[in-house]
Amino acid sequence: MSVTVYIPTPFRRLAGNQVYVQAEGSNVAEVLADLSSKYPGLRHMIFGEADEVAGHVNIYVNNQEIHSLQGKETPVEDGDEVAVIPAIAGGQVLTEEQVNRYSRHIIMPQVGPLGQRKLMAAKVLIIGAGGLGSPSALYLALAGVGTIGIADFDIVDLSNLQRQVLHHNDDVGRPKTQSAKDTLLSYNPDVNVVIHDGPLTSENATEIISQYDMVINGADNFTTRYLVNDATYFAGKPLVDGSVLLFDGQATVFIPGKGCYRCLFPAPPPPGLVPSCAEAGVLGALTGVVGSIQAIEALKLILKIGESLASRLLLFDALSMEFRVVKLRRDPKCPLCGDDATIHDLIDYEGFCGAPFPGQNGD
Amino acid sequence: MTVEVKVTANLQKLVGGARSVLGEGSTVRELLDDLEGRYPGFKDILVTDGQLHRFVNIYLNDEDIRFLDKLDTPVKEGDTLSILPALAGGER
Repeated sequence: MSVTVYIPTPFRRLAGNQVYVQAEGSNVAEVLADLSSKYPGLRHMIFGEADEVAGHVNIYVNNQEIHSLQGKETPVEDGDEVAVIPAIAGGQVLTEEQVNRYSRHIIMPQVGPLGQRKLMAAKVLIIGAGGLGSPSALYLALAGVGTIGIADFDIVDLSNLQRQVLHHNDDVGRPKTQSAKDTLLSYNPDVNVVIHDGPLTSENATEIISQYDMVINGADNFTTRYLVNDATYFAGKPLVDGSVLLFDGQATVFIPGKGCYRCLFPAPPPPGLVPSCAEAGVLGALTGVVGSIQAIEALKLILKIGESLASRLLLFDALSMEFRVVKLRRDPKCPLCGDDATIHDLIDYEGFCGAPFPGQNGD
Repeated sequence: MTVEVKVTANLQKLVGGARSVLGEGSTVRELLDDLEGRYPGFKDILVTDGQLHRFVNIYLNDEDIRFLDKLDTPVKEGDTLSILPALAGGER
């Protein structure tokens, strides 16, 4: 069996400065023996006297501490992840405060200390600090997602406060990015909030998106939605999509190569045919449901757990309180990700959608 | 064939505000024709030149009819049709 072994920062120089190394064995004892023979320096760090694993070192198999499994006899299979974690504070290892703050996540084997580190190392860009971006950003910050980017150009308006939980009464008139940053840091000073003021355009989208691992879309207009779809596809990054109107919500995940927004909706509606939330309204609490679903999907992608909404479109009807799932396929005829793609670079989205990027005309 | 047609979001105003209506027909096209008879203008919003508009998706149960026989996709008793427009918002 070949397994992946996670090497934490303090041990990394003893393993050729690699974060992950491969080791062979059918159980934990054999894996550790193989690891020790490949990296003799690690041997002294892992094993104490009598060749037993040192008391201050914990071994995890797929995020579960081996004492809760079968100890050193715990069997491993191809592709399993083994981690060797020393109980020391500081650096990339969790501090006591972090262990406490994130304890409800860490005690779940699907997260564990390794998963928490993945969250702390993750970088997620959120398009729009509005109805969807508010709850998704909030839950990512609470979960300790290390870097949260907020792209928005708008100013907090009184009418936003019916649903946009990142903003408070005193924030009316302030830039949404600044208000969002203050709120997120007041919940969790442990995260880094990066703000991107001004509208996302074909000129800046690629540069901004390239700084992140994935994108959560909470845009309020088709022009930005097609831009973000294309830019994340070209950047090879997952896009967690959500949208709401009236009492209805939609959510899905676009993984490059498994279908994109253009596969789902090849063209935007003619301007004016599908009203915006400002024109038609939206139930505030509905944005909390859909935004939370987007946060869940982002956390699952970071932790590499569960089944994402990729290839599925989740439909939520708040009035009938029904969730339904329909299939979402990559369209072989898609101009972006199809077999004979014709779009190879960002295009003129204002022309494509027949509508300008919001925020460029002072609105 | 009687088929339940679920109508999403702002398209509901085209069917008198209902979230779900019953339609008769043996294909998706016939169902839309039946609804057009009762809700004039309904089909025009969804179909242009005999083709489903590209900002609207119609699902037969959980399958996008674009990947079946499009508007000629046959329907049977007990099927559910969902008509879903692209929603712009989220909102900022």
